Amino acid sequence: MISQFFVLSQRGDNIVFRDYRGEVAKGSAEIFFRKVKFWKEDGQEEAPPVFNVDGVNYFHVKVVGLLFVATTRVNVSPSLVLELLQRIARVIKDYLGVLSEDSLRKNFVLVYELLDEVIDFGYVQTTSTEVLKSYVFNEPIVVDAARLQPLGPAAIFMQGTKRMPGTAVTKSVVANEPGGRKREEVFVDIIEKISVTFSSSGYILTSEIDGTIQMKSYLSGNPEIRLALNEDLSIGRGGGTVYDYRSSSGSGAVILDDCNFHESVRLDSFDMDRTLSLVPPDGEFPVMNYRMTQEFKPPFRINCLIEEAGQLKAEVIIKVRAEFPSNITANTIAVQMPLPKYTTRASFELEPGAVGQRTDFKEANKKLEWGLKKIVGGSEHTLRAKLTFSQESHANLTKEAGPVSMTFTMPMYNVSRLQVKYLQIAKKSSSYNPYRWVRYVTQANSYVARI
Amino acid sequence: MAPPAQSQRSPSPSQPSGKSEVSDLKLQLRQLAGSRAPGVDDSKRELFKKVISYMTIGIDVSSLFGEMVMCSATSDIVLKKMCYLYVGNYAKVNPDLALLTINFLQRDCRDEDPMIRGLALRSLCSLRVANLVEYLVGPLGSGLKDSNSYVRMVAVMGVLKLYHISASTCIDADFPSILKHLMLHDSDTQVVANCLSALQEIWSAEASTSEEASREREALISKPVIYYLLNRIKEFSEWAQCLVLELVTKYVPSDSSEIFDIMNLLEDRLQHANGAVVLATIRVFLQLTLSMTDVHQQVYERIKAPLLTLVSSGSPEQSYAVLSHLHLLVMRAPYVFSSDYKHFYCQYNEPSYVKRLKLEMLTAVANESNTYEIVTELCEYAANVDIPIARESIRAVGKIALQQYDVNAIVDRLLQFLEMEKDYVTAEALVLVKDLLRKYPQWSHDCIAVVGNISSKNVQEPKAKAALIWMLGEYSQDMQDAPYVLESLVENWDEEHSAEVRLHLLTAVMKCFFKRPPETQSALGAALAAGIADFHQDVHDRALFYYRILRYNVSVAERVVNPPKQAVSVFADTQSSEIKDRIFDEFNSLSVLYQKPSYMFTDKEHRVPLEFADELGNLSIGEAANNVVPTQMVEENDKDLLLTTSEKEETKGSRNNGSAYTVPYDGSSTSVFASQAQIESAVSNPTLAGHSPQASFAIDDLLGLGIPATPAVPSPPQLKLNTKAALDPSTFQQKWRQLPVALSQEISVNPQGVAALTAPQALLRHMQSHSIHCIASGGQSPNFKFFFFAQKFEESSNYLVECVINTSSAKAQVKIKADDQNTSQDFSTLFESAFSKFGTS
Repeated sequence: MISQFFVLSQRGDNIVFRDYRGEVAKGSAEIFFRKVKFWKEDGQEEAPPVFNVDGVNYFHVKVVGLLFVATTRVNVSPSLVLELLQRIARVIKDYLGVLSEDSLRKNFVLVYELLDEVIDFGYVQTTSTEVLKSYVFNEPIVVDAARLQPLGPAAIFMQGTKRMPGTAVTKSVVANEPGGRKREEVFVDIIEKISVTFSSSGYILTSEIDGTIQMKSYLSGNPEIRLALNEDLSIGRGGGTVYDYRSSSGSGAVILDDCNFHESVRLDSFDMDRTLSLVPPDGEFPVMNYRMTQEFKPPFRINCLIEEAGQLKAEVIIKVRAEFPSNITANTIAVQMPLPKYTTRASFELEPGAVGQRTDFKEANKKLEWGLKKIVGGSEHTLRAKLTFSQESHANLTKEAGPVSMTFTMPMYNVSRLQVKYLQIAKKSSSYNPYRWVRYVTQANSYVARI
Repeated sequence: MAPPAQSQRSPSPSQPSGKSEVSDLKLQLRQLAGSRAPGVDDSKRELFKKVISYMTIGIDVSSLFGEMVMCSATSDIVLKKMCYLYVGNYAKVNPDLALLTINFLQRDCRDEDPMIRGLALRSLCSLRVANLVEYLVGPLGSGLKDSNSYVRMVAVMGVLKLYHISASTCIDADFPSILKHLMLHDSDTQVVANCLSALQEIWSAEASTSEEASREREALISKPVIYYLLNRIKEFSEWAQCLVLELVTKYVPSDSSEIFDIMNLLEDRLQHANGAVVLATIRVFLQLTLSMTDVHQQVYERIKAPLLTLVSSGSPEQSYAVLSHLHLLVMRAPYVFSSDYKHFYCQYNEPSYVKRLKLEMLTAVANESNTYEIVTELCEYAANVDIPIARESIRAVGKIALQQYDVNAIVDRLLQFLEMEKDYVTAEALVLVKDLLRKYPQWSHDCIAVVGNISSKNVQEPKAKAALIWMLGEYSQDMQDAPYVLESLVENWDEEHSAEVRLHLLTAVMKCFFKRPPETQSALGAALAAGIADFHQDVHDRALFYYRILRYNVSVAERVVNPPKQAVSVFADTQSSEIKDRIFDEFNSLSVLYQKPSYMFTDKEHRVPLEFADELGNLSIGEAANNVVPTQMVEENDKDLLLTTSEKEETKGSRNNGSAYTVPYDGSSTSVFASQAQIESAVSNPTLAGHSPQASFAIDDLLGLGIPATPAVPSPPQLKLNTKAALDPSTFQQKWRQLPVALSQEISVNPQGVAALTAPQALLRHMQSHSIHCIASGGQSPNFKFFFFAQKFEESSNYLVECVINTSSAKAQVKIKADDQNTSQDFSTLFESAFSKFGTS
């Protein structure tokens, strides 16, 4: 049971504000914002998503730079409220096509309509985009999607690859296409976030894949969909909960540690042939989340060397090797490395003929940054940096710098080998042949090499 | 600024105070009010939007109320909705004008479109104006009977809203019983869910005054209702499922086969993508199996994987909420998770609130088999750029060292920290080495060699400096230049800003003096002089005290200041096990995130109704069976009884009932006071101080060593109790509130007692035979709670007892309060001896 819901901009302005129970004083938005902004005097630490000020509990999630906030005086389930806030953001996005400060401001009346139906007197009524359709009468005012950073994991498909219709992910579920009739299509995205920690000797300390099968359906008439996954897929690591990277390598089977499913998913034949059947609700939703600690080949190997090079000088060499097929390209790669605190200057040297690369030394937090537009499978890239120190270093340099971390996005590639073998839509007529998009992408979550 | 205002703002740079804009709007609305011109709805929409956007950013537009209502005569649903929103916001401050809206809202409640009916009914109930409630009853009554489920859904919430405006109107109209009927018969699950929410709120609020309501509230967790809801659970929305699951948590199954049925039914809920559903299910599982140790362990194993999946699949905020619960479970059963430690490694991009939790979990799961890996990982974080986390990591290493038996490898790591030459690393490591030495004095040789190399000039943080000084004093015989380091520190007395450091310096110089008098004498003189001149009261007092005791007798001084020490075996835990259990009982709530039970952060009137009701309800059941006092009275009473004195302190400020009672001090401070007093009496009287056992007793107790306060075998005391004692519940309640806790202890229940305690009644009869009477009791296996009282023979001196028994751990928490504090120990012994005979006679 919540008392108020509001959305604040980055500067702390109310964009929408709804009081459901009148139990919390009106000034709560300001109290909240001040608290979040100045959580710790030094501003170093982020406020936790839930905190209590004078008996009022404040919950918030950050979505595209906006703060979605709920307040209550009651000791409620935090998961429920945080999940709800996230879901409200998703529903709004489904309706507006794009979720941003601008689109919210332009459509705040529509948002109020949604909020009225999602929550009544603090109790959740429904968060189903589809159910809500019959209660919403405002037409969304669509904002220009191109210059805005869209929400959600599907956003990554916007860049690069021309094969995908860019507008699809930013299409409102209620707005009609300019052409009149809506296009029949369904998107299934397999999104994997990988975390790898390499030891200083290049040995893999931990690795994990957090995957989601995300669906967004624009099919009319709610047809049933069948999704077939790898037949050799198995779930649960045979009772052994210990990390054991060798247990399955080479066998080729995909072994998930665990997974969960959206409530529309029926698992009647899942145990037999690994197919999921569902009638997809409108809007974007995760069909299945999964987690894997099975060994996989990390797409990148990182080598880093830091050594003294004369008085008050040192040299850093970072090598990144792409260990994936050459028909795959990773893009928007960023490599970061904290340098010793007493570093005053860094000069960079890229390999000859390097294109689309940039380097930077962030003076304020003593960080080295190396950005690469893309890396083709099988290639190797090197960065050399000469550092100047303001004081002599006594201790081991490797204790003063690092670790190296890396972020990247790899479209049409997934490390787990989990696949959607086919996507079947129950046919309404022989001419009915909607567009089906199955897309894969791998992103770095925490990709770290220690030095 | 909201967009319409922004985009159409006049070119003048002045910020809108709202005044002129609002009067401008007023004028425009008036013009449109009567107009029937084509396109007028569109212009109205624009104006309404502006009004709402002003309202959102906090400009007061309540003066437009009349105009808004006039304009709302329209068939345009978008306009209607905006108007409803506006009216709902301002009706409360404009009760007279709100009357204007009643008319059109009532008309809309009869509209043929169910959507309009629902919307109008919702707005009507949201007006929050007390003198308009008479207009609500009719539309609500027909709304509850509406053929459309949307209208019924809205009407049910409307009943709850009405209840909050005027409880008597709601009860008089007999709405709760209509809701009850709907809950059990409506075909729409959201209607059912809303009925459940509304009834829980209404009956919990009513239960304090109405016996019937408390019976109704109990009926919600009765078998037929629970089964009815459980059997339909998959038809409910994910949010309503959470509601049902929360209710199931309160249900007490009659036997284990019922428990397994429920668990099997809910098993697949653990695979739900919504974390709220999963956590609510886990709570049911944990609560159901509390008394079945084996199954409870299986539940831990079962829920591990789903929890870990939730942690990694949601947004950082969601994973934080789940991780906090995982943290709680890890703290309760570290061994279950000890092989999963790698899941608790920090990722570099995680927010620090997540990292902190993970560090605590790594500390908790460390055991012989994984300590090496965990400490190695933690050492990596110590060099982290995120300094607060680096500090926490070092502390974590220290905590692991203090909880392990084999610390060889860890000590080396800690000493390496000292050589890392990062000031915060050194600082944290110094504090840890000090604690380590208090527990493992045998390591002093290795540690002192390294600590001796640290220049005190490089240590600035008070805590670290104090630790270093403590070691200098404690080990001055092993550290060559200890007297000289201390001397130079004394010389810079005035530059030392921290009183804590100056206090430590005084003591360290004293200790050093006892061991190496000739080298330290001058430093000691300077330190005492500086200390006596110190502006800080504690420093001044300690210096003066040292000076006087030295003048009295140096060997006595040594026995007081530097007595032989025992190694600390276990450092005191900061949280009592009772608090931890309470938090666990409140699984899937904010208590877990804040790591505090709800009474510490919620006002009384906002506690979740059933959260509290649970305990209350059970107590009253036990009560009714005993026929000691009417249920209703206990309801009122034990709302207060359930609070311990320290909670009272917390809530006292917010209570305005004018009662002038004062609680002298709460339980925790009592012990500190007492032991300080003991030290003072021990040391201020030199002859007494000679009894060093007593002095060290006091100090040990300060360190939380917990010297057993009661003899192991209770002997029958002299105290005689009145066999026919009588005390009415309100006096009990009042006394319980006023008296401080005289004694609080944990006693074990013998196996026969556990076996005999199948229901609260068994113990009541037994205690009564020992002249200890029960005033309230309740609970189900394994948790029971009792309030007892007894009276001194031929005197009206009372003893009050709160006794919480957990049969699965065979432990009882006993709190005793007494009119006559002097005899409370005697009474405690008597109580314990009576209690220990339970089940044997």
